Formats: sequence, C-alpha cells, structure tokens
Amino acid sequence: MSQVITDKNGVKRYLITINVNGDSHSLLVKGNAILTNVLRDDLNLTGTKKGCELGDCGSCTVLLDGKPVDSCMVLAVEADGREITTIEGVAANGQLDDIQQSMLNHAAVQCGYCTPGMVLSAKALLTRNPHPSEREVREAIAGNLCRCTGYVHIVEAVLAASRGEITPVDLKEGDSR
Amino acid sequence: MNMPDFEYHAPETLQEACALLAELGRNATVLAGGTDVLHKMKTGKLASGHLVSLKRLGELRNIRSKSGHGIVIGALTRHNEIYNSPLLQELFLSLPMAAHTMASNQICNLGTLGGNIVNGVPSADLPPILIALKACIRLVSAQGERSMALEDFFCGAAQTRIVPGEILADTTIPEQSTTGSTYIKFGLRRSGALAVAGVAVSVTVDKNILREARIVLASSAPTVMRARNAEGFLRGKKISGKLLAEAGAMAAAESRPRDSIRGSAEYRRNLVEVLTKRALRKAIDKGHI
Repeated sequence: MSQVITDKNGVKRYLITINVNGDSHSLLVKGNAILTNVLRDDLNLTGTKKGCELGDCGSCTVLLDGKPVDSCMVLAVEADGREITTIEGVAANGQLDDIQQSMLNHAAVQCGYCTPGMVLSAKALLTRNPHPSEREVREAIAGNLCRCTGYVHIVEAVLAASRGEITPVDLKEGDSR
Repeated sequence: MNMPDFEYHAPETLQEACALLAELGRNATVLAGGTDVLHKMKTGKLASGHLVSLKRLGELRNIRSKSGHGIVIGALTRHNEIYNSPLLQELFLSLPMAAHTMASNQICNLGTLGGNIVNGVPSADLPPILIALKACIRLVSAQGERSMALEDFFCGAAQTRIVPGEILADTTIPEQSTTGSTYIKFGLRRSGALAVAGVAVSVTVDKNILREARIVLASSAPTVMRARNAEGFLRGKKISGKLLAEAGAMAAAESRPRDSIRGSAEYRRNLVEVLTKRALRKAIDKGHI
C-alpha cells in the first residue's frame, strides 16, 4: 500500500511514484483521482486528451508499462510504481517519431484531438510487431475514434512508418500546417 | 466527469482481502480491472464507500496447467493475457479468440476475466465459451471457499450467486474429451462492439457421429443460457447439414431474447439460428477455434 496522508478534514491522500516519459514523479493523489486528470492537471501533460471519459473513445490513451490503456479508466493510485508513456514522451531529442512524421506526410491529422491516442496505439503496435498487416493496424487503432475524417490516411501513415517510408518535413516557425 | 469519493484499499493477500470485505460488508466493492466499476461510479450507477482493489494479488493473475485438473485461469488475468496465452492458444484457441473480439485493445489491456464473469451481463463474451468448455469457478471468502459450475452462477440480468464478502478467485477448464469448440458473435461493428447475439459451442465427434454438443447463447436471454433442447436433439446423431440447421432452429426456439437498441427479439432469434448452425459446423470441421 502506498503511504497514506490524512489531512485535518480527514481526507486521505496517497503518495504514489510514477515514471512518466522517463522521469520519476512522486505525487499525492486522492483515492478517486483518475490518471488522465493527474497527468493533465498535476504534471501539465495536456497532450493526453479527455474525451468520453468512459473508456469508449481512446482520446486519453497512454502506454502503461508499454501497453495502451484508456487512462480515464485507471485510478492514479493504481498506477503507483508503473511506467507511463504519454504523447509528450514519443518524440526524442526534438525529432518526431516515425509515426508522427508519417502522419504529417499523409495528412492523417485533422482537428488533432484523437491524434495523441492514435500515435500511442500505433507506437505500441509497431514496437510489438514492426511489420503489421493493414488488418492488424486497423485492429490496433480500433479503440481510437476519429470524428473528423476517417481512418484511411491514418492507416496508410502507420503502414508507411512500418516500411520506413518517411519523408522529413522541415516545419518552419509559424507554419500553420 | 465526476468521480465520487470512496476509501481505497489494496490488501496484500487474498486472505487479507477477504477479511477486509467481511469487515466492510455491503458498503464495499471489489475493484479488479476497473473498466466496469469506474464506469458505473462515473455514471452514478454505483455508489460505494470503499473500493477493495485486488491489484496486489498476483496469485490471481496467471494461467497455469494443473495436472489432472485442467487449466486454471486466475480471475485477475486480463483479456489480452488470455488472447496471448500460448497454453490457451494451443489447447482452446476458441477462448483467446473470444477474448480478442470483446473490446478495444485499450480495454483488453485493463479488463479482467473475473470482471467479465461477476458483472453477469448477458452480452459478456467469455462466459458462453467457458460454459461450453464446462468451466468451474472458485469463490473465496472469510468463511472459506466454494466451487460451482460456471453455468449455475448466473441467475438474472446482472445477477449472480456471488454474495457480499466473496471474491471470484479463478476459473478452471477441466481436462476433457471435446474435439472442437468455438464462439461466434454478431456485433454492430467488427471491433469492440457488444454482442447482439453470440453462440458458443463445444462438440465431441467420433466417426461422424456427434457424441455430445453443448450450445451456449449470449445476449439471447436475461442470462447466458444453454440451448438444452438443441443439445439433446444432436446427441448420438450422424452429422449432416440438415441436422445442424434443425439444431439451429431449435436453439432459436428456446432462446428468450428481448428487444433492445441493438436489435429486436426477432432479429436476435434469427441470429441464434444462423450462428448456432455456423458454430457447430466450424467446431466440427476445425476443432478448437
């Protein structure tokens, strides 16, 4: 059990330690704190989006010990001691991940709300299975709903990333793309 | 979305969890994967003063072969762990495949076998195939433990025979002589949708004679149910397309579906007829898939 701290009003808080994108964070959370909110509000990692908040839409997808989960369905206290990757942890050293780059190349982004979860689901798939079939890509992102444009460009982008067909795009400051 | 307050507990052992549940009584809810409990709490369908999390009970999170007894699956085993289990894929592929079709990848990484059983919803995907494979469950409490056939566990929509203070510990698929099994469901989408209707079967075939068939229907009655008339009709008969079609019609006749937003009772009955015929054919021809 995590260390429990009870305040003068009798409210209990739990000391949890989570590793987020390689950084260790110790936080005090209430028992009913949801992981999505802790990531967004306490750690200011707002790339994780809040959508349905009921495990249907996948906007809040993060990797928990490398596996995609809906963070709206996880109590923060239950994530104690676990490793979490959010969208902020995907690009390394200022370089976009291949999946992110490929999604730009294929115009697989519209409003962008589903994109963080979509990238993380795709990332977990390519880590586990570097050369997926189209069906496997579709299965992997089936829990990420897109309301804008559909899935064709997204699936093409993930497949292209799996084949290493990445075209670097030089994004200039102020580029509205 | 508001998450009501509660007190959180994470006992270290099954014994400790049972003692805690006995002490807290009806004011406590067991938390496993969380995909149902947190959903119900957020939508105001469940208020609970205490959540007793089973997350530290690693003893309930495994799949193992127990010689002379069959395969034991801990209640905390997640859907994706069932899907990825080499042991289950080798012996009863029908169960991993059922686990794979039931929800999105994200939910399959959180949801547990135990949760899928104790919620008692008629559209749950794992109970039908487990009942077809004659699974038993073990319930543990501060008073001791008891086992029962999974098919005797359900007694109404979202109602089961578990009593306050009890924890579902594991499910055992016994060693058996069945030659094939499968679960086919029809959902409104290919992925992650609840079953409008589902049919699980297991068959024992010997020289083109159906020695035994178990037919279990999902989303076709207030509880998951066996189509016993159809099973009795098939016993000892020579396999033919006509025979399987007749069994499908019998299963449909004894189903008790209701109208819902996902499909009318009549539509569900038609699905049961078609899916039963298909599932029997698949299990007979292709084994455990």
